[in-house]
Amino acid sequence: MTALPTRHDEAWRYADFAALATVWPVAQQAIVVDAGESAAHTLVLTGAGTEVRDLAITLGEGAHLSLHVLNAARGYGRVAVRVALARGAQFHFGAAQVAGADHRVEIVTEVVHTAPDAISRQIVRQVMAGRATGNYLGRVVVDRGAVGTDGEQSIRAMLLDRGASANARPELEIYADDVKCAHGCAIGELDKDGLFYLASRGLPPAAAKALMLQAFLAEAFAGADDEERLTTAALAALEDLL
Amino acid sequence: MAGFPQSIPFFTKSPIMLTIDNLHATVADKPILKGLSLTINAGEIHAIMGPNGAGKSTLGYTLGGRPGYEVTGGSVTFDGQDLLALEPHERAAAGLFLGFQYPVEIPGVSMVQFLRESLNAQRKGRGEEPLSGGAFLKLAREQAGLLKLDADMLKRPVNVGFSGGEKKRAEMVQMGILDPKLAILDETDSGLDIDALKVCGEGINAIMRRPDKAVLLITHYQRLLDYVKPDFVHVLAGGRIVRSGGADLALELEQQGYEGVLA
Repeated sequence: MTALPTRHDEAWRYADFAALATVWPVAQQAIVVDAGESAAHTLVLTGAGTEVRDLAITLGEGAHLSLHVLNAARGYGRVAVRVALARGAQFHFGAAQVAGADHRVEIVTEVVHTAPDAISRQIVRQVMAGRATGNYLGRVVVDRGAVGTDGEQSIRAMLLDRGASANARPELEIYADDVKCAHGCAIGELDKDGLFYLASRGLPPAAAKALMLQAFLAEAFAGADDEERLTTAALAALEDLL
Repeated sequence: MAGFPQSIPFFTKSPIMLTIDNLHATVADKPILKGLSLTINAGEIHAIMGPNGAGKSTLGYTLGGRPGYEVTGGSVTFDGQDLLALEPHERAAAGLFLGFQYPVEIPGVSMVQFLRESLNAQRKGRGEEPLSGGAFLKLAREQAGLLKLDADMLKRPVNVGFSGGEKKRAEMVQMGILDPKLAILDETDSGLDIDALKVCGEGINAIMRRPDKAVLLITHYQRLLDYVKPDFVHVLAGGRIVRSGGADLALELEQQGYEGVLA
Protein backbone atom coordinates (compact mmCIF):
# COMPACT_ATOMS: atom_id res chain seq x y z
CA MET A 1 0.00 0.00 0.00
CA THR A 2 1.57 3.27 -1.01
CA ALA A 3 -1.42 5.60 -0.86
CA LEU A 4 -1.93 7.21 2.55
CA PRO A 5 -4.82 5.51 4.37
CA THR A 6 -7.89 7.50 5.29
CA ARG A 7 -10.09 7.77 8.36
CA HIS A 8 -12.62 5.51 6.64
CA ASP A 9 -10.21 2.64 7.10
CA GLU A 10 -11.15 1.25 10.53
CA ALA A 11 -7.59 0.52 11.58
CA TRP A 12 -6.69 4.17 10.97
CA ARG A 13 -9.72 5.98 12.28
CA TYR A 14 -7.87 7.71 15.15
CA ALA A 15 -4.55 8.19 13.33
CA ASP A 16 -2.73 11.50 13.05
CA PHE A 17 -2.61 11.81 9.26
CA ALA A 18 -0.51 14.95 9.14
CA ALA A 19 2.18 13.20 11.18
CA LEU A 20 1.75 9.98 9.27
CA ALA A 21 2.35 11.71 5.94
CA THR A 22 5.85 12.67 7.11
CA VAL A 23 6.94 9.03 7.40
CA TRP A 24 4.74 7.34 4.80
CA PRO A 25 5.14 4.72 3.38
CA VAL A 26 6.09 2.61 6.39
CA ALA A 27 8.02 -0.59 5.76
CA GLN A 28 6.49 -3.69 7.28
CA GLN A 29 8.70 -5.75 9.57
CA ALA A 30 8.17 -9.50 9.33
CA ILE A 31 8.68 -11.78 12.31
CA VAL A 32 8.44 -15.51 11.84
CA VAL A 33 8.63 -17.98 14.69
CA ASP A 34 8.98 -21.50 13.33
CA ALA A 35 7.02 -24.49 14.61
CA GLY A 36 7.95 -25.42 18.15
CA GLU A 37 10.24 -22.40 18.60
CA SER A 38 9.97 -19.63 21.23
CA ALA A 39 10.87 -15.99 20.82
CA ALA A 40 10.56 -12.69 22.66
CA HIS A 41 10.54 -9.17 21.24
CA THR A 42 10.48 -5.80 22.89
CA LEU A 43 9.62 -2.51 21.28
CA VAL A 44 10.18 0.81 23.05
CA LEU A 45 9.03 4.07 21.47
CA THR A 46 10.06 7.13 23.44
CA GLY A 47 11.33 9.51 20.78
CA ALA A 48 9.99 12.91 19.81
CA GLY A 49 8.23 13.37 16.49
CA THR A 50 6.59 10.53 14.62
CA GLU A 51 7.32 6.84 15.03
CA VAL A 52 5.23 4.27 13.21
CA ARG A 53 5.88 0.52 13.36
CA ASP A 54 4.13 -2.20 11.43
CA LEU A 55 4.76 -5.82 12.42
CA ALA A 56 3.57 -8.88 10.51
CA ILE A 57 4.03 -11.95 12.66
CA THR A 58 3.64 -15.58 11.71
CA LEU A 59 3.64 -18.24 14.40
CA GLY A 60 4.12 -21.85 13.32
CA GLU A 61 2.55 -24.86 15.01
CA GLY A 62 3.19 -24.76 18.74
CA ALA A 63 5.37 -21.64 18.39
CA HIS A 64 5.46 -19.12 21.27
CA LEU A 65 6.00 -15.40 21.00
CA SER A 66 5.93 -12.85 23.74
CA LEU A 67 5.86 -9.28 22.52
CA HIS A 68 6.13 -6.29 24.85
CA VAL A 69 5.64 -2.70 23.81
CA LEU A 70 6.12 0.59 25.57
CA ASN A 71 4.65 3.36 23.45
CA ALA A 72 5.56 6.65 25.06
CA ALA A 73 6.27 8.51 21.85
CA ARG A 74 6.42 12.27 22.32
CA GLY A 75 4.52 13.19 19.18
CA TYR A 76 2.70 10.51 17.23
CA GLY A 77 3.52 6.88 17.99
CA ARG A 78 1.77 3.97 16.38
CA VAL A 79 2.40 0.26 16.67
CA ALA A 80 0.41 -2.04 14.38
CA VAL A 81 0.69 -5.77 14.90
CA ARG A 82 -0.82 -8.47 12.75
CA VAL A 83 -0.36 -12.01 14.01
CA ALA A 84 -1.34 -15.31 12.41
CA LEU A 85 -1.35 -18.28 14.77
CA ALA A 86 -1.06 -21.87 13.56
CA ARG A 87 -2.26 -24.87 15.58
CA GLY A 88 -1.32 -24.70 19.25
CA ALA A 89 0.65 -21.45 18.89
CA GLN A 90 0.78 -18.92 21.73
CA PHE A 91 0.95 -15.16 21.49
CA HIS A 92 1.46 -13.06 24.60
CA PHE A 93 1.21 -9.32 24.13
CA GLY A 94 1.82 -6.83 26.94
CA ALA A 95 1.76 -3.17 26.09
CA ALA A 96 1.75 0.15 27.90
CA GLN A 97 1.07 3.55 26.42
CA VAL A 98 2.06 6.65 28.34
CA ALA A 99 1.49 10.11 26.91
CA GLY A 100 0.99 13.72 27.89
CA ALA A 101 0.82 17.16 26.25
CA ASP A 102 -0.99 16.84 22.91
CA HIS A 103 0.72 13.59 21.97
CA ARG A 104 -1.13 10.76 20.31
CA VAL A 105 -0.21 7.12 20.76
CA GLU A 106 -1.92 4.06 19.40
CA ILE A 107 -1.75 0.32 19.22
CA VAL A 108 -3.64 -1.61 16.60
CA THR A 109 -3.65 -5.38 16.72
CA GLU A 110 -5.17 -8.06 14.58
CA VAL A 111 -4.74 -11.53 15.98
CA VAL A 112 -5.87 -14.30 13.67
CA HIS A 113 -6.35 -17.80 15.00
CA THR A 114 -6.07 -19.79 11.76
CA ALA A 115 -6.04 -23.28 13.28
CA PRO A 116 -7.23 -25.10 16.42
CA ASP A 117 -5.98 -24.76 19.98
CA ALA A 118 -3.98 -21.56 19.73
CA ILE A 119 -3.82 -19.11 22.66
CA SER A 120 -3.60 -15.32 22.54
CA ARG A 121 -3.32 -12.97 25.51
CA GLN A 122 -3.32 -9.21 25.20
CA ILE A 123 -2.84 -6.85 28.13
CA VAL A 124 -2.83 -3.16 27.36
CA ARG A 125 -2.47 -0.40 29.97
CA GLN A 126 -2.66 3.28 29.11
CA VAL A 127 -1.92 6.40 31.14
CA MET A 128 -2.96 9.62 29.47
CA ALA A 129 -2.35 13.13 30.78
CA GLY A 130 -2.71 16.67 29.49
CA ARG A 131 -4.56 16.62 26.18
CA ALA A 132 -3.03 13.35 25.04
CA THR A 133 -4.95 10.59 23.29
CA GLY A 134 -4.29 6.87 23.62
CA ASN A 135 -5.95 4.40 21.30
CA TYR A 136 -6.22 0.66 21.25
CA LEU A 137 -7.98 -1.11 18.42
CA GLY A 138 -7.75 -4.83 18.84
CA ARG A 139 -9.40 -7.40 16.67
CA VAL A 140 -9.33 -11.11 17.36
CA VAL A 141 -10.34 -13.28 14.42
CA VAL A 142 -11.12 -16.97 14.81
CA ASP A 143 -11.12 -18.68 11.43
CA ARG A 144 -13.51 -21.44 10.48
CA GLY A 145 -12.25 -24.65 12.03
CA ALA A 146 -10.05 -22.98 14.65
CA VAL A 147 -11.78 -24.83 17.45
CA GLY A 148 -10.32 -24.77 20.94
CA THR A 149 -9.18 -21.18 20.46
CA ASP A 150 -8.47 -19.31 23.70
CA GLY A 151 -8.26 -15.55 23.28
CA GLU A 152 -8.18 -12.86 25.93
CA GLN A 153 -7.96 -9.08 25.84
CA SER A 154 -7.59 -6.95 28.98
CA ILE A 155 -7.63 -3.26 28.21
CA ARG A 156 -7.47 -0.54 30.85
CA ALA A 157 -6.77 3.16 30.76
CA MET A 158 -6.19 5.84 33.40
CA LEU A 159 -6.92 9.45 32.61
CA LEU A 160 -4.98 11.91 34.75
CA ASP A 161 -6.44 15.14 33.39
CA ARG A 162 -9.80 16.31 32.11
CA GLY A 163 -8.45 16.97 28.62
CA ALA A 164 -6.92 13.51 28.17
CA SER A 165 -8.72 10.78 26.28
CA ALA A 166 -8.50 7.08 25.64
CA ASN A 167 -10.23 5.03 23.00
CA ALA A 168 -10.43 1.30 23.45
CA ARG A 169 -12.11 -1.01 21.03
CA PRO A 170 -11.69 -4.73 21.49
CA GLU A 171 -13.39 -6.64 18.70
CA LEU A 172 -14.14 -10.30 18.10
CA GLU A 173 -14.80 -11.98 14.79
CA ILE A 174 -15.56 -15.64 15.34
CA TYR A 175 -16.28 -18.22 12.61
CA ALA A 176 -15.79 -21.37 14.70
CA ASP A 177 -17.68 -23.13 17.47
CA ASP A 178 -16.15 -24.23 20.75
CA VAL A 179 -13.91 -21.22 21.29
CA LYS A 180 -13.18 -19.17 24.39
CA CYS A 181 -12.74 -15.46 23.82
CA ALA A 182 -12.89 -12.91 26.62
CA HIS A 183 -12.39 -9.21 26.69
CA GLY A 184 -12.45 -6.64 29.44
CA CYS A 185 -12.16 -2.94 29.01
CA ALA A 186 -12.15 -0.07 31.50
CA ILE A 187 -11.28 3.59 31.46
CA GLY A 188 -11.03 5.43 34.75
CA GLU A 189 -9.21 7.72 37.12
CA LEU A 190 -6.83 7.04 39.99
CA ASP A 191 -8.57 5.91 43.17
CA LYS A 192 -8.93 8.99 45.37
CA ASP A 193 -9.12 6.97 48.59
CA GLY A 194 -5.86 5.28 47.67
CA LEU A 195 -4.19 8.61 46.93
CA PHE A 196 -5.26 10.04 50.29
CA TYR A 197 -4.08 6.91 52.07
CA LEU A 198 -0.63 7.25 50.50
CA ALA A 199 -0.55 11.00 51.22
CA SER A 200 -1.48 10.37 54.86
CA ARG A 201 1.71 8.35 55.16
CA GLY A 202 3.82 11.20 53.84
CA LEU A 203 3.96 10.70 50.08
CA PRO A 204 3.67 13.95 48.11
CA PRO A 205 0.91 13.87 45.45
CA ALA A 206 3.23 13.27 42.48
CA ALA A 207 5.02 10.40 44.26
CA ALA A 208 1.71 8.86 45.32
CA LYS A 209 0.40 8.99 41.75
CA ALA A 210 3.65 7.61 40.35
CA LEU A 211 3.53 4.67 42.76
CA MET A 212 -0.04 3.77 41.82
CA LEU A 213 0.55 4.23 38.09
CA GLN A 214 3.72 2.19 38.20
CA ALA A 215 1.72 -0.67 39.71
CA PHE A 216 -0.95 -0.22 37.06
CA LEU A 217 1.52 -0.37 34.18
CA ALA A 218 3.45 -3.24 35.72
CA GLU A 219 0.60 -5.57 34.78
CA ALA A 220 1.53 -5.12 31.12
CA PHE A 221 5.16 -6.09 31.65
CA ALA A 222 4.83 -8.86 34.21
CA GLY A 223 6.99 -11.80 33.19
CA ALA A 224 8.72 -10.03 30.28
CA ASP A 225 12.38 -10.91 29.68
CA ASP A 226 13.02 -7.18 29.56
CA GLU A 227 10.76 -6.35 32.50
CA GLU A 228 13.28 -4.16 34.28
CA ARG A 229 14.21 -2.13 31.22
CA LEU A 230 10.55 -1.65 30.25
CA THR A 231 9.60 -0.65 33.80
CA THR A 232 12.44 1.84 34.05
CA ALA A 233 11.52 3.40 30.71
CA ALA A 234 7.82 3.53 31.65
CA LEU A 235 8.67 5.15 34.96
CA ALA A 236 10.75 7.82 33.24
CA ALA A 237 7.82 8.53 30.91
CA LEU A 238 5.46 8.73 33.90
CA GLU A 239 7.73 11.15 35.71
CA ASP A 240 7.53 13.50 32.74
CA LEU A 241 3.74 13.55 33.13
CA LEU A 242 3.53 14.18 36.87
CA MET B 1 18.27 20.31 49.26
CA ALA B 2 21.59 18.99 50.51
CA GLY B 3 24.23 21.29 51.83
CA PHE B 4 22.06 23.46 54.03
CA PRO B 5 22.76 22.94 57.71
CA GLN B 6 19.52 22.40 59.58
CA SER B 7 18.90 25.16 62.05
CA ILE B 8 18.06 24.12 65.57
CA PRO B 9 14.46 25.02 66.36
CA PHE B 10 14.49 28.10 68.52
CA PHE B 11 11.59 27.71 70.86
CA THR B 12 11.01 26.51 74.34
CA LYS B 13 9.47 23.09 74.37
CA SER B 14 5.78 23.44 74.93
CA PRO B 15 3.93 20.53 76.47
CA ILE B 16 0.97 21.28 74.20
CA MET B 17 0.85 18.87 71.23
CA LEU B 18 -2.51 19.68 69.68
CA THR B 19 -4.98 22.48 70.16
CA ILE B 20 -8.31 22.27 68.40
CA ASP B 21 -10.26 25.47 68.86
CA ASN B 22 -13.92 25.82 67.91
CA LEU B 23 -13.53 23.60 64.84
CA HIS B 24 -16.34 23.55 62.32
CA ALA B 25 -16.27 21.21 59.34
CA THR B 26 -18.65 20.13 56.63
CA VAL B 27 -18.85 17.07 54.40
CA ALA B 28 -20.74 17.59 51.14
CA ASP B 29 -21.99 20.93 52.55
CA LYS B 30 -23.47 19.18 55.58
CA PRO B 31 -22.15 20.55 58.89
CA ILE B 32 -20.68 17.68 60.95
CA LEU B 33 -18.26 19.30 63.39
CA LYS B 34 -19.93 22.23 65.13
CA GLY B 35 -17.50 23.98 67.41
CA LEU B 36 -15.23 21.21 68.65
CA SER B 37 -12.47 22.21 71.07
CA LEU B 38 -9.81 19.94 72.53
CA THR B 39 -6.28 20.27 73.87
CA ILE B 40 -3.84 17.37 73.97
CA ASN B 41 -0.50 17.63 75.75
CA ALA B 42 2.60 15.60 75.02
CA GLY B 43 2.62 12.38 77.01
CA GLU B 44 -1.17 12.06 77.07
CA ILE B 45 -3.58 9.55 75.63
CA HIS B 46 -7.07 10.83 74.90
CA ALA B 47 -10.06 8.77 73.89
CA ILE B 48 -13.00 10.16 71.99
CA MET B 49 -16.16 8.16 72.25
CA GLY B 50 -19.58 8.85 70.94
CA PRO B 51 -22.65 7.48 69.26
CA ASN B 52 -22.84 6.73 65.55
CA GLY B 53 -22.98 9.85 63.43
CA ALA B 54 -21.50 12.07 66.15
CA GLY B 55 -18.62 13.13 63.89
CA LYS B 56 -15.84 10.90 65.24
CA SER B 57 -14.46 9.76 61.90
CA THR B 58 -15.00 13.23 60.44
CA LEU B 59 -12.73 14.59 63.16
CA GLY B 60 -9.98 12.13 62.19
CA TYR B 61 -10.28 12.81 58.47
CA THR B 62 -10.46 16.57 58.97
CA LEU B 63 -7.27 16.53 61.03
CA GLY B 64 -5.66 14.31 58.38
CA GLY B 65 -6.69 16.71 55.60
CA ARG B 66 -8.82 14.37 53.54
CA PRO B 67 -10.26 16.03 50.42
CA GLY B 68 -13.99 16.63 50.80
CA TYR B 69 -13.75 17.44 54.50
CA GLU B 70 -14.00 21.19 54.50
CA VAL B 71 -13.08 23.32 57.49
CA THR B 72 -15.52 26.21 57.76
CA GLY B 73 -14.34 27.68 61.05
CA GLY B 74 -11.93 27.41 63.95
CA SER B 75 -8.26 26.50 64.10
CA VAL B 76 -5.97 23.56 64.77
CA THR B 77 -2.44 24.01 66.03
CA PHE B 78 -0.15 20.99 65.95
CA ASP B 79 3.26 21.20 67.59
CA GLY B 80 3.29 24.97 67.08
CA GLN B 81 2.18 24.86 63.42
CA ASP B 82 -1.11 25.74 61.75
CA LEU B 83 -2.13 22.18 60.87
CA LEU B 84 -4.93 23.22 58.54
CA ALA B 85 -2.50 25.11 56.29
CA LEU B 86 -0.59 21.91 55.55
CA GLU B 87 -1.22 19.35 52.79
CA PRO B 88 -1.91 15.79 53.98
CA HIS B 89 1.65 14.61 53.23
CA GLU B 90 3.07 17.65 55.03
CA ARG B 91 0.96 16.82 58.08
CA ALA B 92 2.53 13.35 58.06
CA ALA B 93 6.03 14.82 57.79
CA ALA B 94 5.18 17.15 60.69
CA GLY B 95 4.54 14.03 62.79
CA LEU B 96 0.84 13.26 62.43
CA PHE B 97 -0.28 9.68 61.84
CA LEU B 98 -3.84 8.76 60.93
CA GLY B 99 -4.81 5.15 61.58
CA PHE B 100 -7.68 4.23 59.26
CA GLN B 101 -10.83 2.46 60.27
CA TYR B 102 -10.85 0.89 56.82
CA PRO B 103 -7.26 0.71 55.54
CA VAL B 104 -7.24 1.09 51.75
CA GLU B 105 -6.11 -1.74 49.48
CA ILE B 106 -3.63 -0.73 46.79
CA PRO B 107 -3.04 -3.55 44.30
CA GLY B 108 0.41 -3.86 42.79
CA VAL B 109 2.19 -1.63 45.31
CA SER B 110 4.19 -3.59 47.85
CA MET B 111 3.93 -2.62 51.50
CA VAL B 112 7.72 -2.39 51.79
CA GLN B 113 8.11 -0.08 48.81
CA PHE B 114 5.20 2.08 49.92
CA LEU B 115 6.45 2.44 53.49
CA ARG B 116 10.06 3.03 52.54
CA GLU B 117 9.08 5.73 50.05
CA SER B 118 6.70 7.26 52.59
CA LEU B 119 9.27 7.30 55.37
CA ASN B 120 11.95 8.74 53.13
CA ALA B 121 9.54 11.38 51.78
CA GLN B 122 8.83 12.38 55.40
CA ARG B 123 12.53 12.44 56.22
CA LYS B 124 13.21 14.57 53.15
CA GLY B 125 10.43 16.94 54.24
CA ARG B 126 12.22 17.30 57.59
CA GLY B 127 15.62 17.76 55.97
CA GLU B 128 16.90 14.34 57.06
CA GLU B 129 18.91 11.80 55.08
CA PRO B 130 16.97 8.90 53.52
CA LEU B 131 17.14 5.53 55.23
CA SER B 132 19.05 2.86 53.27
CA GLY B 133 17.27 -0.28 52.05
CA GLY B 134 18.99 -2.45 54.65
CA ALA B 135 18.30 -0.13 57.55
CA PHE B 136 14.68 0.19 56.49
CA LEU B 137 14.15 -3.57 56.28
CA LYS B 138 15.64 -4.03 59.74
CA LEU B 139 13.27 -1.40 61.13
CA ALA B 140 10.29 -2.91 59.30
CA ARG B 141 11.05 -6.41 60.63
CA GLU B 142 11.40 -5.11 64.18
CA GLN B 143 8.07 -3.31 64.03
CA ALA B 144 6.30 -6.24 62.39
CA GLY B 145 7.65 -8.49 65.15
CA LEU B 146 6.31 -6.13 67.79
CA LEU B 147 2.81 -6.46 66.31
CA LYS B 148 3.24 -10.21 65.72
CA LEU B 149 2.72 -9.68 61.99
CA ASP B 150 4.58 -12.05 59.67
CA ALA B 151 7.30 -9.88 58.11
CA ASP B 152 6.66 -11.62 54.77
CA MET B 153 3.30 -9.87 54.64
CA LEU B 154 5.17 -6.62 54.09
CA LYS B 155 6.26 -7.92 50.69
CA ARG B 156 2.63 -8.20 49.63
CA PRO B 157 0.60 -5.45 47.98
CA VAL B 158 -0.69 -2.84 50.44
CA ASN B 159 -3.53 -4.39 52.47
CA VAL B 160 -4.57 -6.65 49.57
CA GLY B 161 -5.83 -9.99 50.84
CA PHE B 162 -5.19 -9.02 54.48
CA SER B 163 -7.83 -10.08 56.97
CA GLY B 164 -9.54 -7.37 59.01
CA GLY B 165 -7.21 -8.05 61.94
CA GLU B 166 -4.10 -8.11 59.75
CA LYS B 167 -5.05 -4.75 58.24
CA LYS B 168 -5.28 -3.17 61.68
CA ARG B 169 -2.03 -4.73 62.84
CA ALA B 170 -0.40 -3.55 59.62
CA GLU B 171 -1.63 -0.03 60.44
CA MET B 172 0.17 -0.27 63.79
CA VAL B 173 3.31 -1.57 62.05
CA GLN B 174 3.16 1.47 59.78
CA MET B 175 2.83 3.67 62.83
CA GLY B 176 5.86 2.02 64.40
CA ILE B 177 7.93 2.53 61.28
CA LEU B 178 6.87 6.13 60.69
CA ASP B 179 7.32 7.01 64.39
CA PRO B 180 4.86 9.94 64.60
CA LYS B 181 4.49 12.50 67.40
CA LEU B 182 0.71 12.28 67.40
CA ALA B 183 -1.38 9.30 66.34
CA ILE B 184 -5.07 9.67 65.62
CA LEU B 185 -6.43 6.15 65.58
CA ASP B 186 -9.89 5.78 64.09
CA GLU B 187 -11.66 2.68 65.41
CA THR B 188 -8.48 0.65 65.47
CA ASP B 189 -10.38 -1.87 67.58
CA SER B 190 -13.13 -2.58 65.03
CA GLY B 191 -12.83 -5.94 63.33
CA LEU B 192 -10.34 -7.30 65.87
CA ASP B 193 -10.71 -10.51 67.82
CA ILE B 194 -9.67 -10.55 71.47
CA ASP B 195 -6.08 -11.65 70.84
CA ALA B 196 -5.53 -9.13 68.06
CA LEU B 197 -7.06 -6.41 70.22
CA LYS B 198 -4.50 -7.14 72.93
CA VAL B 199 -1.62 -7.16 70.43
CA CYS B 200 -2.74 -3.85 68.93
CA GLY B 201 -3.27 -2.31 72.35
CA GLU B 202 0.20 -3.35 73.48
CA GLY B 203 1.60 -2.08 70.20
CA ILE B 204 0.06 1.34 70.75
CA ASN B 205 1.54 1.47 74.26
CA ALA B 206 4.99 0.36 73.11
CA ILE B 207 5.15 2.80 70.21
CA MET B 208 3.29 5.83 71.50
CA ARG B 209 3.26 5.85 75.31
CA ARG B 210 6.19 8.28 75.65
CA PRO B 211 6.59 11.70 77.22
CA ASP B 212 7.11 13.32 73.79
CA LYS B 213 4.20 11.63 72.00
CA ALA B 214 0.43 11.67 72.22
CA VAL B 215 -2.52 9.60 71.02
CA LEU B 216 -6.10 10.39 70.15
CA LEU B 217 -8.12 7.18 70.13
CA ILE B 218 -11.45 7.29 68.37
CA THR B 219 -13.57 4.39 69.50
CA HIS B 220 -17.08 3.12 70.03
CA TYR B 221 -16.27 0.74 72.82
CA GLN B 222 -14.50 0.54 76.12
CA ARG B 223 -12.67 -2.69 75.28
CA LEU B 224 -9.55 -1.18 73.61
CA LEU B 225 -9.25 1.10 76.63
CA ASP B 226 -8.65 -1.96 78.82
CA TYR B 227 -5.27 -2.24 77.10
CA VAL B 228 -4.55 1.40 76.31
CA LYS B 229 -5.43 3.34 79.45
CA PRO B 230 -6.54 6.82 78.46
CA ASP B 231 -5.65 9.84 80.57
CA PHE B 232 -8.78 11.61 79.35
CA VAL B 233 -12.04 10.47 77.84
CA HIS B 234 -14.29 12.79 75.85
CA VAL B 235 -17.80 12.26 74.61
CA LEU B 236 -18.48 13.59 71.13
CA ALA B 237 -22.10 14.19 70.23
CA GLY B 238 -23.66 16.44 67.64
CA GLY B 239 -20.25 17.60 66.41
CA ARG B 240 -18.97 18.86 69.77
CA ILE B 241 -17.31 17.54 72.90
CA VAL B 242 -20.18 17.42 75.36
CA ARG B 243 -18.43 15.82 78.29
CA SER B 244 -14.88 15.12 79.40
CA GLY B 245 -13.50 13.08 82.23
CA GLY B 246 -10.93 10.51 83.23
CA ALA B 247 -10.70 6.83 82.33
CA ASP B 248 -13.71 6.05 84.50
CA LEU B 249 -15.97 8.01 82.15
CA ALA B 250 -15.50 5.24 79.58
CA LEU B 251 -16.70 2.67 82.12
CA GLU B 252 -19.67 4.82 82.97
CA LEU B 253 -20.53 5.02 79.26
CA GLU B 254 -20.18 1.28 78.90
CA GLN B 255 -22.66 0.73 81.73
CA GLN B 256 -25.16 3.46 81.06
CA GLY B 257 -24.88 3.97 77.31
CA TYR B 258 -24.52 7.34 75.63
CA GLU B 259 -28.12 8.24 76.28
CA GLY B 260 -27.76 7.62 80.00
CA VAL B 261 -24.58 9.66 80.31
CA LEU B 262 -25.75 12.50 78.09
CA ALA B 263 -29.18 12.77 79.67
